[in-house]
Amino acid sequence: MKILVCISQVPDTTTKIAFSDNNTNFSTQGVTFIINPYDEWYALVRALELKESGAATTVNLVTVGKADAEPVIRKALALGGDEAIRIDTDSNDPYVVAAQIAEYAKSEGYDLVLCGKESIDYNNGSIGAMLAELLDMNYVGFASKLDIDGGAATVKREIEGGEETDSASLPLVVSCQKGMAEARIPNMRGIMAARTKPLKVVPAADIQPLTTIVAYDMPPAKTGVKMFTADNLDELVNALHTDAKVI
Amino acid sequence: MSVLVLAEHQQGSFKKKSFEAVQYAAGIAQAMGTTVTALVLGNAGDSEMQQLGLYGAQKVLHVADAKLDNLNGRAYAKAIAAAAEKEGAKVIIGLHDVTGKAVMPRVAARLKAGMVAGAVSQPDLSKGFAIKKTVFSGKAFAHVNINSDIKVVTLMPNTFPVKKGEGSASVEKLDVSFEDKDFGVTVKEVNKVTGAVPLAEAELVVSGGRGLKGPENWGILENLADSLGAALACSRPVADSHWRPHHEHVGQTGGTIRPNLYIAVGISGAIQHLAGVNGSKTIVVINKDKDAPFFKAADYGVEGDAMEIVPKLTEAIKKFKESHN
Repeated sequence: MKILVCISQVPDTTTKIAFSDNNTNFSTQGVTFIINPYDEWYALVRALELKESGAATTVNLVTVGKADAEPVIRKALALGGDEAIRIDTDSNDPYVVAAQIAEYAKSEGYDLVLCGKESIDYNNGSIGAMLAELLDMNYVGFASKLDIDGGAATVKREIEGGEETDSASLPLVVSCQKGMAEARIPNMRGIMAARTKPLKVVPAADIQPLTTIVAYDMPPAKTGVKMFTADNLDELVNALHTDAKVI
Repeated sequence: MSVLVLAEHQQGSFKKKSFEAVQYAAGIAQAMGTTVTALVLGNAGDSEMQQLGLYGAQKVLHVADAKLDNLNGRAYAKAIAAAAEKEGAKVIIGLHDVTGKAVMPRVAARLKAGMVAGAVSQPDLSKGFAIKKTVFSGKAFAHVNINSDIKVVTLMPNTFPVKKGEGSASVEKLDVSFEDKDFGVTVKEVNKVTGAVPLAEAELVVSGGRGLKGPENWGILENLADSLGAALACSRPVADSHWRPHHEHVGQTGGTIRPNLYIAVGISGAIQHLAGVNGSKTIVVINKDKDAPFFKAADYGVEGDAMEIVPKLTEAIKKFKESHN
């Protein structure tokens, strides 16, 4: 079984977000990029576990990004995986990202495609379902457990107000979240091995974006906190009722 | 041409967020000078479906196929695409929830339609079709213009107040033929949390952090939540220490919520936590550290020990509720 894991590079979770060019571009100045946590902790680690258990033969990683995405994809290779593919373009339109990956993956015979439930930069959570459509595969989103038995997968996923266990036939796309696997830290052997693992650069297909980000802005700052003490909590409750109108 | 909206339901009954989606679609249709068709998939009764008219739908298309009673991305996407074609819909609306996230990107890819996931505004039609959405997990907003002919938008639930109107909708059946492969994912077991308010759609949320010292102290938060009819949430360290289940974790790497009221107890307010909750309309912070960064993001604050403040606040709320009944 061949697994493809989609890796996205995102600003570190502690990043203070700022914009440049009159609020039309995300300013990457001083920003540290990391592997999208959902891609790393859950999708990648689960793929590696499946290979270690003998269920998978190959685990390849793919990212859509320019050369500046290579340090992050090398970091992912340090955790494991056979080879990485970088599709040489950059986009924040989810359709472009999904279509570029699909264009590469369609002739590669992957049985299972794993991605995180969303990337923590643009928060669309769309890539998995788009890939499934473009590759004509089944899709299970927001999965917290995945087991493979022959040509079928058993997947636990989040639904309205609970969880559901599904049986899905391969080929299959799964978006992964908490519960899927335990985060790992790359060891020295992995880091050394990652330096020599193949990182193929694939030219981008001609795919036009269907959306454009025209501007960014920041949430309005709070006007200042109104403080209460243990002795006037009645007044707090009153404020929640008459001023905030939430109770 | 019309605006098509997927009206989700649970066993035939429509929740507030579905009415919100229909109302949102109606706003767009009005601005574009067209009408709204709501699409209902699976078993549902006519009188329930006609309710969608009160929120702006002129017509309801009903695919009354029992195979659609459970969420199935492939089959749902096929049905939505068929309805969009029948109606000549140029705008397709869903919700940014479990169903919408599984289905609407499929629809977008199928129709080669640009998509905005998690919209928090009506589209600005003055320069195209620009919609505001949260990015960087709530740290900022982006205004995204959709350039394609067909447009797919999922609305972040609990963005707009829902107002019941007086319209009415006619119900029309739609037949969609499915193949076996449309049902390549089959449900084996369903575990629903009964009784509790699902966190993602809760209007009031009480959340606890490390400041509560241990899972044994959660009783006071449960009492506070009960007094309000609120859902419970927690910070990441709490979920990581297994004090509380993972599905209660809110923050950048947990759930993102936007309730009307978020009460944070013993949570310092790390940037990653704020990212998941700063869409809340009103934030109350209870912390014994007066320098906790969360106070800067709060509307109301109480400095003090959770073990003392929380039971007192619960009493104050009970007293208020009794006098307002």
